[in-house]
Amino acid sequence: MRATPSAGIAVENIDLSYGDHRVLKDVSLAVEPGEFFAFLGPSGCGKTTLLRIIAGFNRPDRGRVLLAGEDISHLPPWKRDVGMVFQSYALWPHMSVRSNVAFGLEERRLPRAEIDRRVEEALDLVGLKPLADRRPSQLSGGQQQRVAVARTVAVRPKVLLLDEPLSNLDAKLRVQVRRELRDLQQRLGLTTIFVTHDQEEANTICDRIAVMNDGVVQQVGTPMALYERPANLFVASFLGTANIIAGDVVGSGADRAFRVADGVTLPIPPCAEVAPGAKLVFRPQDARIHPGSEGASLTGTITHREFLGSSVRYGVRVGPAEMTVDVPFHAGDRLQEVGAPAMVTVAPRSLLWLAP
Amino acid sequence: MAFALPQRRPFAFGVTPGQAVAAAAIGLFLVVFLVVPVATVVYVAFTEKGTGAFTLVNFADFLRTDLFVRSFWNSVYVSAASVVLASILAVPLATLTTRFEFRGAVLIQTLGFLPLIMPPFVGAVAMQLLFGRNGTVNLLLDDWLGFKIPFMEGLNGVVFVEAIHYFPFILVNLSTSLRGIDRSMEEAAQNLGSSGLRLLRRIVFPLALPGYLAGASLVFVKVFDDLATPLLLNVKDMLAPQAYLRVTSIGIADPMGYVIAFVLIVVSGLAMWASAAAMRGKDYATVQRGGGGLARRRMRGWESALAYAAVFLILALVLAPHLGLLLLSFATVWSFSPLPDEFTLAHYGRVFGESFVYIKNTLLYASLAGVIDVVLGAGIAYLVLRTRLVGRAWLDWAASAALAVPGVVLGIGYLRTFYGVQLPDGRPLATLWIMIVLALAVRRLPYALRACYAALQQISISLEEAAENLGATKARTLRRVTIPLMAGGIVAGFISSFATAAVELSATLMLVQSNSDAPLAYGLYVFMQSAAGRGPGAALGVIAVALVAVCAFLSHLVVERGSRAGSR
Repeated sequence: MRATPSAGIAVENIDLSYGDHRVLKDVSLAVEPGEFFAFLGPSGCGKTTLLRIIAGFNRPDRGRVLLAGEDISHLPPWKRDVGMVFQSYALWPHMSVRSNVAFGLEERRLPRAEIDRRVEEALDLVGLKPLADRRPSQLSGGQQQRVAVARTVAVRPKVLLLDEPLSNLDAKLRVQVRRELRDLQQRLGLTTIFVTHDQEEANTICDRIAVMNDGVVQQVGTPMALYERPANLFVASFLGTANIIAGDVVGSGADRAFRVADGVTLPIPPCAEVAPGAKLVFRPQDARIHPGSEGASLTGTITHREFLGSSVRYGVRVGPAEMTVDVPFHAGDRLQEVGAPAMVTVAPRSLLWLAP
Repeated sequence: MAFALPQRRPFAFGVTPGQAVAAAAIGLFLVVFLVVPVATVVYVAFTEKGTGAFTLVNFADFLRTDLFVRSFWNSVYVSAASVVLASILAVPLATLTTRFEFRGAVLIQTLGFLPLIMPPFVGAVAMQLLFGRNGTVNLLLDDWLGFKIPFMEGLNGVVFVEAIHYFPFILVNLSTSLRGIDRSMEEAAQNLGSSGLRLLRRIVFPLALPGYLAGASLVFVKVFDDLATPLLLNVKDMLAPQAYLRVTSIGIADPMGYVIAFVLIVVSGLAMWASAAAMRGKDYATVQRGGGGLARRRMRGWESALAYAAVFLILALVLAPHLGLLLLSFATVWSFSPLPDEFTLAHYGRVFGESFVYIKNTLLYASLAGVIDVVLGAGIAYLVLRTRLVGRAWLDWAASAALAVPGVVLGIGYLRTFYGVQLPDGRPLATLWIMIVLALAVRRLPYALRACYAALQQISISLEEAAENLGATKARTLRRVTIPLMAGGIVAGFISSFATAAVELSATLMLVQSNSDAPLAYGLYVFMQSAAGRGPGAALGVIAVALVAVCAFLSHLVVERGSRAGSR
């Protein structure tokens, strides 16, 4: 299949309310041509609604949708050239696989020979040529998903929208299909937006991610950037596990410190910015644990221990705060005991202070 | 599906004697009052009169007789045309209510069902007065515009009346189908460039087709089997009226009536089979979790004006027989004038006076038929769902097959089968009023069975197993747990059997021997034969409609309460 001339897509100042509930609040985003982009967030964060606005199924109260720089906000769904794969796949049960795939091409009034050629091509692309004459109900979930993708890419849309395409597959298939999707996207060079609530899916196949919560884009960036430098507490806790510890800033200048509780304070590196109300954030694997309690700042007691195989996860109570520390496990290591005193240290460069 | 395969119970033991006796009794009833009469009809159709030897000569006679062949094609034409006209009424209403934000939707959903509570023959005469050559509409048309429209002429009059009464079957089934289509089915098509009428044609209608076909085949069968409507409109050259006339005028020994009856069975059987075949593997109900039916579009100004106009016109047509009947029942004289000359209560006086026997009989017959139906229905449902009795599926199948047996056929079968059975006093069994009750019960059994089946299916087996575990025997479990829990379904089944039996005529018409044994529908039919009897006939009709309407409302209440209780 020939690479599609890919286009960038952007939304500007999108606002949408259902009654009193503001589903999207002034959302602006730009997806580059050929990029694999994810909308990531918990359910109800507005990610699917935003996708449907791009496809034209929902009309925003305010804002524009730009495809290759051109405003398409006024166009109905059938004139947008934005292909969408539905969460339920939405395969028409009264048509064979072949007819499902041919549908969009027929709607574009292409010559029959061209339609046949492109249906073959699309089915070949997803490896379903032998099943072309089956009905959707005769296919497995994974096969149905591939038909839905073939049906959409057959019309060579300028942008591909995937609405939780893996959520109806079992865990093992999910890993395989997401690789196939990435592979297909790379081969076609197709600008793709992928909606998911699963951070692992987004991290593994997307170039960039927009993390959304409560109708607002919290942060946009590469998976690694989001993990290393989350912009706020929501992003930090939504992506991976994070220790989030409340406290207040004491002292000033070079003597600044973060006080978790009486007698439990941590010096703040001079370069760190600490906004008012910010909390201390660090990842479990960036902390270390030492037995004993001589003189260090973060000292407490081990409250529980979970053996995870490649690592051991300790829960440590430091003053009023509970924190999690992951320690890599190597054969022959001795584990700390629950109830023993312990000291937690974190490299200063791994410490973050984030506002909500 | 009500008649799905029975669930397997992993630890079901043998069948108790009580269950076996119940199954045998139900089986015997079905054999004697359904299988044998129908088989007799078929047997007579295929044998030589007198000798009993197999022959096809009766069918050759049928094909040689011009009247019968014409009647056959007339019946086919009327049934097919009724389906077309009913579709013209039902499809726009179903589309409007399911696909658009439309204020009138609730009104349509309610009023659209009204015709179902009145069988077409009840409204036929009223329709004649409203739409006939010298009816209200044509008189007004003639006055204002100088022309008339032959709504009620010949076969087309039958088509008109039948379509107006039976279109809700299509409306209900099609609306259910349309509501079952997931929104994403339509959105996926839009996303691929489809819109408007093309989208309707390629995606929405094909997905709704199974529901449409189910409704359309039901309309076809109902019209094909309808006996009273053509007779009341004075159309005799159709198949069902011919069967009736043949048997009542020439006698029950004449084989032609049976040949016609056989043709009726075959056609309604074929229509049911065709719709079942069309439905097979096409359970298109595709609403996904978190999904929802088709998106409803807001209509533009002119669109909604057009929609309201169409809905108003259709509803006016639909309500015409009801209004006409009501007017007629209060009218002194209504002839050659748009509205009756004067109004009176005399017809109701007469109906509640000397003709009260009709109402009394109807209440008695319909109640008895309803009781028989729920006893049989609950019994069959229990045997099918809760036991592993050999042949239980046959009971279910036989009881449901009653749906495909036209009323005329059953009536003829009863006459033939039970006329030879003499009572001690020398009267034939077929002349007893109880035969009417049995015919009604057999005709309505499928409805009660479906209600009981649904009720029992919703009761978890573990509720009964808990009772058994605590020491209750099968019989006591049934009495103390199963039947109380099924009560809602049983009541709903009784009401629906009662209501439909109260206005049933086709089998009754054959079996009523004297006026004192006749139910309301028969009395109505007799009254409507003469111009003078129209008033009292209409009054009976209004009473019948009111009776059925109350029942329909009660059954709705029971079902609603049951489903609320079930979902708690």
